[in-house]
Amino acid sequence: MTLLVLILIPLAGALVVGLSPERQAKWIALAWTSLALGAAIFAAFMFDWANPGVIQFSPKNHASGDLTPLLPLVPSLGISISLGADSVSMFLILLTTLLGPLCVLGSFTAITERVKTFYVWLLILQAAMTGVFAARDLILFYVCFEFTLAPMFVLISLYGSTNRRYAAIKFFLYTFTGSMIALAGLVYVAWVYSTIHNGAWSFDIADMQHAALTMSRTEQTWVLFALLAGFAVKVPLFPVHTWLPLAHTEAPTAGSVLLAGVLLKLGTYGIFRFVLPFVPLAVAEYASLIAIISIIGILYAGFICWVQTDVKKLVAYSSVSHLGFCVLGLVALNMVGGAGSVMYMINHGLSTGALFFCIGMMYERYHTRSMNEVGGLARRMPVWSFFMVFFTMASVGLPGLNGFVGEFMALLGTFQSGARTIGAGGTHGPLGPWFAAVAATGMIVAAMYLLYMVGRVVFGPLKEPDHHHAHETLPADLNAREITVLAPLAVLCVVLGVYPSPMLRALEAPVATTIAAAREASSRMAPVPMDSGHAEVALIHDGEASR
Amino acid sequence: MIEKLAQLHPEIALFAATCIVMVLGLAKSSFWRGMSVWVTGLGLVAALVLSFFSPQTDGMLPNSLPYLKAMIAAIGLMILPLMGGTVDRWYERTVGRGASFDPLRVTRGEFYAFYLLSLMGVMLCVTADDLIWLFLALELTSLPTYIMVAMSTPRLRSQEAGVKYFFLGALSAATFLYGFAMLYGATGTTQLQDIAIHFRTEGMGLIGTLGLVMALIGVSFKIAAAPMHFYTPDVYQGAASPVSAFLAFAPKAAGFVVMIQLLSTVGWGWGEHGIALPEALRITLWVIAAITMTFGNVLALLQSNAKRMLAYSSIAHSGYMLVGLLVGPGQGPIAGNGLGAAMFYLLCYGVMNLGAFAVLACLEKRDEHGELVEIETVEDLRGLHAARPGLAWAMTLCALSLLGMPPLLGFWGKLGLFTSGISAGEIGLVVIMGLNSAVAAFYYLRLVRAVMLDTRDEDMDRPALTDMFGRRVAAGLSAVGVLVVVIWAGQLQAASDHATEVNPRIRQFNERVVEAEETPVIESIARND
Repeated sequence: MTLLVLILIPLAGALVVGLSPERQAKWIALAWTSLALGAAIFAAFMFDWANPGVIQFSPKNHASGDLTPLLPLVPSLGISISLGADSVSMFLILLTTLLGPLCVLGSFTAITERVKTFYVWLLILQAAMTGVFAARDLILFYVCFEFTLAPMFVLISLYGSTNRRYAAIKFFLYTFTGSMIALAGLVYVAWVYSTIHNGAWSFDIADMQHAALTMSRTEQTWVLFALLAGFAVKVPLFPVHTWLPLAHTEAPTAGSVLLAGVLLKLGTYGIFRFVLPFVPLAVAEYASLIAIISIIGILYAGFICWVQTDVKKLVAYSSVSHLGFCVLGLVALNMVGGAGSVMYMINHGLSTGALFFCIGMMYERYHTRSMNEVGGLARRMPVWSFFMVFFTMASVGLPGLNGFVGEFMALLGTFQSGARTIGAGGTHGPLGPWFAAVAATGMIVAAMYLLYMVGRVVFGPLKEPDHHHAHETLPADLNAREITVLAPLAVLCVVLGVYPSPMLRALEAPVATTIAAAREASSRMAPVPMDSGHAEVALIHDGEASR
Repeated sequence: MIEKLAQLHPEIALFAATCIVMVLGLAKSSFWRGMSVWVTGLGLVAALVLSFFSPQTDGMLPNSLPYLKAMIAAIGLMILPLMGGTVDRWYERTVGRGASFDPLRVTRGEFYAFYLLSLMGVMLCVTADDLIWLFLALELTSLPTYIMVAMSTPRLRSQEAGVKYFFLGALSAATFLYGFAMLYGATGTTQLQDIAIHFRTEGMGLIGTLGLVMALIGVSFKIAAAPMHFYTPDVYQGAASPVSAFLAFAPKAAGFVVMIQLLSTVGWGWGEHGIALPEALRITLWVIAAITMTFGNVLALLQSNAKRMLAYSSIAHSGYMLVGLLVGPGQGPIAGNGLGAAMFYLLCYGVMNLGAFAVLACLEKRDEHGELVEIETVEDLRGLHAARPGLAWAMTLCALSLLGMPPLLGFWGKLGLFTSGISAGEIGLVVIMGLNSAVAAFYYLRLVRAVMLDTRDEDMDRPALTDMFGRRVAAGLSAVGVLVVVIWAGQLQAASDHATEVNPRIRQFNERVVEAEETPVIESIARND
């Protein structure tokens, strides 16, 4: 019930906002998103953190084998509205509900036309995103996953900047095409379930996972590529990322924040939740291929960032680069990489979301995002500059801030995965030091382009556009409302950077169950290390690998 | 005899309404002429209610009556408000201004009568258990539509469309009649069940296969599938939008029912695993389905005329539904019921397609002669949101549903086709279908973009809202249906699965044959690792 409430609150909010007068819309939207945040925090307290790997709040798991789903939808196909969350889902739901009120608060002055419509769609988007993370039924997941397209399409196409319609349509078509193929792959897994269970259909994720594991290697390979077609577009991975910079640049600030903060995570979450546990044999076989694609994305997008003059586009491309680390950590198939990768999903949501807020605040004042037109804003807007530098540091991965933890762990996982010197902390896996070495250069590139951007925009001689005239209602520097938007994100960045261990502990169990099968498959196919006696010792020492 | 009649109660109700409407349409008082549409509605309601009490038939699809006939009557009822004012509008206005009434110049009675007759034909296709009956029912569906197309607007283009539709329809009738003749030649009977038993005991034979393929190709005219789809855009464009909406449903429903009846004579108990159609038929249908959906979607991309776009999309949707027919009723516990999925999709298509045409029918603009005509192009729809938000939303919802966007109705229809297609091992075709849905996103989004996002140039004259309230009702019904029918998607899907179960007598026969050949059906389908 708890999770259903979390989905229904924004939906009810959307309804109330829709019925309310135009002028009060923003306050009502703020109230409802704050209510949702409160409910999410309450849910987090209810969550049994002692068993973070167990799916909770789900009617299926109450003590015994009570198998009544919440609400049957299409009984003949075993589709139902069934919800549940482990700690990974819980963290992502918390991230979603946290960004909700901040997005509303951040849009107070940016959105001046069709205000009501904006907040209605923002709330609907939040409901859909919560639904994706809470779904324990595959069709429910898919419905929410696809449905996020509609609100985002509206947000970009109605409230975006000049090229918004093209961007919205490109965004829609890319994601829709990919997910149609992913649907075919998911339905194929469901069909495998029905062949095993004598014609009974089920789309329950746990049921389907058991069924998926019986698939042969060839079948798994096909399903892997079908699922990747859907999720890679969303992440986005290298060849299919071209919709993202456009959509980000054209979207309104709140849209960009949610796009970077949450919607991109739908792709990595899909890989985490479906690809790794469903098709372990194929993952083990193709992990290095996926890793290579991720690394190409990391470097390619990094170099593109370097030549950008549009600040927003730069941050958008940096998302492509950063999420490459996330996927890399996932396919490393070890605990460090997996946990780091999930951690990175949250961290990227916080720091990049905040960067988009900062850029939005700058854009509201100067109506430009070009580095050639603005510069040295530290003189004009010291508070803003503090936050900008702070979040850039978090994004670069400065130790002590949150970005570092996830990025470092993902790289460490990559390094250890398949390292031949297993005694030195190496684990069986498909990747290895070379992958980590090349990917790590991506970190350097990231530092270069982000610091370069900060250097031009924040420091140096003050440069303001000629046609610049002050915003009627906004002061030169940030006002209290804008600081309220950024401060909680900054606090979280510090907290998660300094003391990440509670979160990492909570992530251990779900990550372990998710990668278990793929890990085993990978260790079976890994070539025997040169010094096998040494490896034996290492395996016992490692304590994670199972033979 | 009485039992047979009990199956026909809905048709009898429609026929009674037809007779009354024909007379009413000629009445001297304009009130009674106006009543003809209400009587039509009453007849459809009666048919809807009666269809729920229909007994089982003894035909190929014994459980088909309640679901299929109720669906036909229900969609008929939804299209009806759209039909209002299609014919005689200007003449009635002249009479209203005091001109003398000439019964020879009104066509309203005929129009509604033909509408009912055509729906009756669709219903008769469901009940048919004999080739002759099937042929007559199919022609009863089509013949009235030829005339409806021609008289739907006073313009020459409608008459051209009507003639084109008629000649190509005659060609298709000749084709499938020829096929029927060959079926008779191969089996010596016109009874579908006897044909089925003959096929199962004696095998198909060359003539039987050829006859069935010809019949299928002929019927593909009705469902607007390749290679008989060429008329679709011209006819849909030429006819008034309400009639186009009707053409996209009624002949299609009839065509699919007839195809299911014909295919179930052969049954889906062939092939390597005993769950497929005979190879020749399977390949024919596979190719038809793949070409139809690809052709429809790709050509729809190129259209700037919304009606032609919807016509090509109607072709594409036929291609999707053919996947269900290819899969069959789900033999054994493994394969999903493709026929059920196709019939459920037909219902979804009927609901969502209506809205798109209804929005077009609701808007009018002046043509070069200064006459009010329905709008046709995507250009005319631009900026609709500012002027008519309700209509814009209806168009958006229907277009997104046609596209298969969850959680709208079209998605659930497509999901059924996806699952059944994959369960029958037709993964290639399902992937083609998925890619086609993605192609379709391009042009459906163009509709959405035009109504919701684009703004109208100042110098363009704004399309006026039609004064016919019924059309707005139809658009609203369809938009609400796209959202609300989802709640019952599960039940409707189950009902349509039930409706398309093939006669157990025939099925039993099939299993005996399979047993005799000692093909372990279930085990071999279960998994082929």
